Amino acid sequence: MSKTIVPFGPQHPVLPEPIHLSLTVEDEVVKEAVPAFGYVHRGLEKLAEKRDFHQMIQVVERVCGICSMIHAMCYCQGLEHLMKVEVPRRGQFLRVIWSELHRIHSHLLWLGLYADAFGFESVFMQFWKIRERIMDINEATAGNRVIVSVNQVGGVRRDLSPSKCDWILDELNHVEKEVKALESTMSNNYTVKKRTVGKGILTREMAYELGAAGPTLRASGIAQDMRQLQYEAFDELDFEPVVETDGDAFARGLVRFKETIQSIDLVRQAIARLPQGDTFVKVKGKPEGEVVQRVEQPRGECLYYIKANGTKFLDRLRIRTPTFANIPPLAAMLPGMELADVPVLILSIDPCISCTER
Amino acid sequence: MLKKIVEHSQIKSPWLVHYDCGSCNGCDIETLACLTPLYDVERFGVLNIGNPKHADVLIVTGTVNKRNKKVLKQIYDQMPSPKIVIAIGACGLSGGIFREAYNVVGGVDKVIPVDVYVPGCPAKPEAIIDGVVEGLAKLSEIQKAGKPKKEAIAS
Repeated sequence: MSKTIVPFGPQHPVLPEPIHLSLTVEDEVVKEAVPAFGYVHRGLEKLAEKRDFHQMIQVVERVCGICSMIHAMCYCQGLEHLMKVEVPRRGQFLRVIWSELHRIHSHLLWLGLYADAFGFESVFMQFWKIRERIMDINEATAGNRVIVSVNQVGGVRRDLSPSKCDWILDELNHVEKEVKALESTMSNNYTVKKRTVGKGILTREMAYELGAAGPTLRASGIAQDMRQLQYEAFDELDFEPVVETDGDAFARGLVRFKETIQSIDLVRQAIARLPQGDTFVKVKGKPEGEVVQRVEQPRGECLYYIKANGTKFLDRLRIRTPTFANIPPLAAMLPGMELADVPVLILSIDPCISCTER
Repeated sequence: MLKKIVEHSQIKSPWLVHYDCGSCNGCDIETLACLTPLYDVERFGVLNIGNPKHADVLIVTGTVNKRNKKVLKQIYDQMPSPKIVIAIGACGLSGGIFREAYNVVGGVDKVIPVDVYVPGCPAKPEAIIDGVVEGLAKLSEIQKAGKPKKEAIAS
């Protein structure tokens, strides 16, 4: 059988974002997958030369709308390190609450899209229905549904009143109940298993060698989570990285499902231990020096490199996002798979192309 | 007779194609949220399909950059007339926060003619639904005038 090259994307029904893959196919089996990028590249890092370091917070939030709060948090952590500012304890806890809310909404969004990729549309609708509760919490606490914009250098700009905290806990109870109702569908359903078990296997060694990040890495049995670095208030909160050992698309789904439950628990812990006090400190002066800052995004490890020169404009801002790390594992897991499984496998790494290309 | 049926169904059950043209995902997930149970535009017959050749309405989110300019124009050209374009979000309108970035061309209207602009960063699902309703009013005007829509402006 001769080889055929099938173009996949950039505009494709299952892909919410443009990515192009050249798939070399023999019969129905993929032999080689070559990704091509650049459809979402805007050149954000260069904007650091035109916007001052406070204005850049709004820009880095728009690296990716889904995990915007965590991007801004990482950037602010870097600058706080350079300017030797200590965020008040209440501010740190509030950052944890909003970042975990973002993780819940990102994972619910992904679980829906993932189900949609293998044609299970009712599960897509169910997860997105649950997700609206998180969007309501975001809107009620921060004023916007998606880009919450709560971070500033030195803390957070908004506070949570005790009554809001109670309401959030009440909503999270509903979210947990509704998510757990779908547990058997994600872990035991014939359709889901048929399309995902044994598809796109990434062994522990491969995941490590290719530098996978986040749930893609943890589904291959490596317990690595940047929250173990105990940034912000994570030193006071109890959690264990969720690990699965199979390394297939099914395991990656399970990891994200369990992390959703775990994040609900983390928000509860953070609200229970929320201390009194200020939410931010005023910062003076300009940053100088260079710093590397890492946080755990819904998709994995996100790295910020900031080089400042003592003026209000940064010298260099470099953002390395988890999807960028997960592209080589994706290219390695596609060969040997059938063409019909390609959309499921692409979604199984939770690609965020606007993060990758910035 | 057949023409009447087609025109009626275009308004009553518009088929959309969505293209992410360099957006930050904020507007994309809000566009997708319109399809889900809380907003549920499918009850009005609005259907999101992936094929531009079947679509009446093109929804574009995000800024145009130098690479996806061609893709956007191709999708627009593949759609049958009459067709309308809805630009969503501050980036789709003018380039928004990315306006000064080196790889950004600007708003969607630099490449294809836009009928409805939906502001917001990101635009809320209610605003997007409102934009689609306004777009359908324009579509019905185009049907009445019977004029074919002008083609893409940029090369």
